[in-house]
Amino acid sequence: MIKSRGAAAPFAVWMALFTVIPLGIVIWFAFTDDAGNFTLSNLSSIIEYAGTFGISIALGAIATVICLVLAFPLAYTISRTQGRMQQTMVMIIMLPMWMNFLLRTYAWMSILENNGFINQLLRAVGLLEAGHSVELINTSGAVVLGMVYNFLPFMVLPLYSVMAKIDNSVIEAAQDLGSNVFQVFRKVILPLSVPGMLSGITMVFVPAVSTFVITKLLGGSKTLMIGDAIETMFIGQGANYHVGATLSLVLMVMILICMAVTGMVDKGEEDELA
Amino acid sequence: MKRFLTIALACLLLMGSALPISAAEPDSSVTLNVYNWGEYIDPTVNDLFTEETGIKVNYKNFTDNESMYAVLDSGAAIYDVIVPSDYMIGKLINEGKLAKLDFTNIPNMSQINPSLLNPSYDPQNEYSVPYTWGTVGIFYNTKYVDEADLQLGWDLLWSEKYSGRIFTFDNPRDAFGIALLKCGFSLNTLDLNEWNTAYDALRAQKPVLHQYVMDQVYDKMINEEAWIAPYYAGDGIVMMDEEEGNPAIDFFVPTTGTNLFVDALCVPVDSPHKREAEEYINFLCRTDIALLNAEYIGYSTPQEEARAQLDPEIGENENFYPPESVLQKAEMYITLPETVGAHMDTLWMKLKLADPAWSVFTVLVGIAAVVCFSLYVVRRIRYYRKKR
Repeated sequence: MIKSRGAAAPFAVWMALFTVIPLGIVIWFAFTDDAGNFTLSNLSSIIEYAGTFGISIALGAIATVICLVLAFPLAYTISRTQGRMQQTMVMIIMLPMWMNFLLRTYAWMSILENNGFINQLLRAVGLLEAGHSVELINTSGAVVLGMVYNFLPFMVLPLYSVMAKIDNSVIEAAQDLGSNVFQVFRKVILPLSVPGMLSGITMVFVPAVSTFVITKLLGGSKTLMIGDAIETMFIGQGANYHVGATLSLVLMVMILICMAVTGMVDKGEEDELA
Repeated sequence: MKRFLTIALACLLLMGSALPISAAEPDSSVTLNVYNWGEYIDPTVNDLFTEETGIKVNYKNFTDNESMYAVLDSGAAIYDVIVPSDYMIGKLINEGKLAKLDFTNIPNMSQINPSLLNPSYDPQNEYSVPYTWGTVGIFYNTKYVDEADLQLGWDLLWSEKYSGRIFTFDNPRDAFGIALLKCGFSLNTLDLNEWNTAYDALRAQKPVLHQYVMDQVYDKMINEEAWIAPYYAGDGIVMMDEEEGNPAIDFFVPTTGTNLFVDALCVPVDSPHKREAEEYINFLCRTDIALLNAEYIGYSTPQEEARAQLDPEIGENENFYPPESVLQKAEMYITLPETVGAHMDTLWMKLKLADPAWSVFTVLVGIAAVVCFSLYVVRRIRYYRKKR
């Protein structure tokens, strides 16, 4: 026991230096003004950003739902294949993550542009007249697409690891007792994969809500999300560390609430099982 | 730390006065830290400098004045030579962050175009040596934009006819600058109502914009993603280049007024190698080096002899070296007073923030979270009661 505590000491130092102290600084900035006096005015100025929080939550939630819908059947298929095949499929899911995040987003930019791949293809096929284009880039849709593409693996992997543990005999038992495909899904697979869904939702929703750069590259920088707003508060002519710190703090609280809600569902499941 | 630096500097100064001869010569063993814009120097120049003087150059890039300011302000790195723009120099001087230059060490200053000396941001010309300058104008693609529409001047950027094919700057000062010019106000107006009018203009512009953009403007204009973009004149060389650019792109400066900008060489006050920094600045102002840089960067050079030796297609081009009539109406940015600057930042944020209607959604989500939480608490209480 003592041994294992000693082993955790470097991590404790790391946490103190790079998590606890910086967090303290953020809190300090959020509740002080330029002169260093205590103030709540930063907090009240956050009201202006209510809409930005709203649009971030909405886009983040849409991206999360799409990820969940896409990832669920995929993760199930992977979990039901065997050996080599399974490893290869997991690898393919991870593959895009080996490339830099920015690079992947830039790639989408050149796919969606007015003279990008899709529009050129449509023109070549004759669905579009020359010189015309479908407006794909610089829309909210493009932003959601960017989020789904970048965060999908974070949904697939936890789902897959939970589903891989579902014993085939449980499914067979349900079938033997007369369940059809739909009932097997609803009564067996769905409840057993809830923990994976919950951690997947957290792992997609949290980075999606706080994302930045995607809005700039795929959204035309026209409507900021909360991550972009925080960025401009720290870099830029209008830099205001105090408001920026408050925004980060509110975002952190929001994420904590989000995690608490998913934790609640998790707990609720346990209660029912008990 | 600051105190230590002051003492160290004082010691250095004392040593300097004790040993006047050796201190007057630059020390070839030091490494100069230079902080400049990206793509803003001919790649051979730093090596040439090291070859001639022995002084090594540690060269770093920044992308905008604000991030450079953030680095200087945080003290994360100490630089010996920086290249801020006009208004930023004014701000740095006001905050006491720049060192007064010793111009006896910079004899090539005599080559600098006198009309760029003693500018509003440095009225006595004590802190800065102009490095490049230029004006802001509109780049347009001749394939799609009618020549006749150029009559619109700045209003071209609001034209419904080219809706979805127009860019503008993704930084408040330049975006508001154009909006102010369009409305017929001064770039540096102190009247908050005029700023509000400019804000309304920017709001009205949003629907016709393709996007707010900075450096990506090159690729996007060359690929004809959009057809109209205001940008700094010197960048035209890249965009209009026959091979790497798009020859269909052309440029004009609206006659009603524009922004004149100067990027100048300065030495931060905490630089430990001021003498060597001045040597470096003098080197950059030498005719052959200034010529190399002018050809590479494409911005207008303040060095008169270098300009005379430039290809006349550039050196005599009115887009890059505008006639007096344009220059007279051009304004340089001055550092806005705190209140006006803050007002501009607020308006810019307001322009970029989501429609306030979205706050209704936020409130709904908040209510939903509260409801979920209370339902959960109720459930837990029931569960524990049952258990008991």
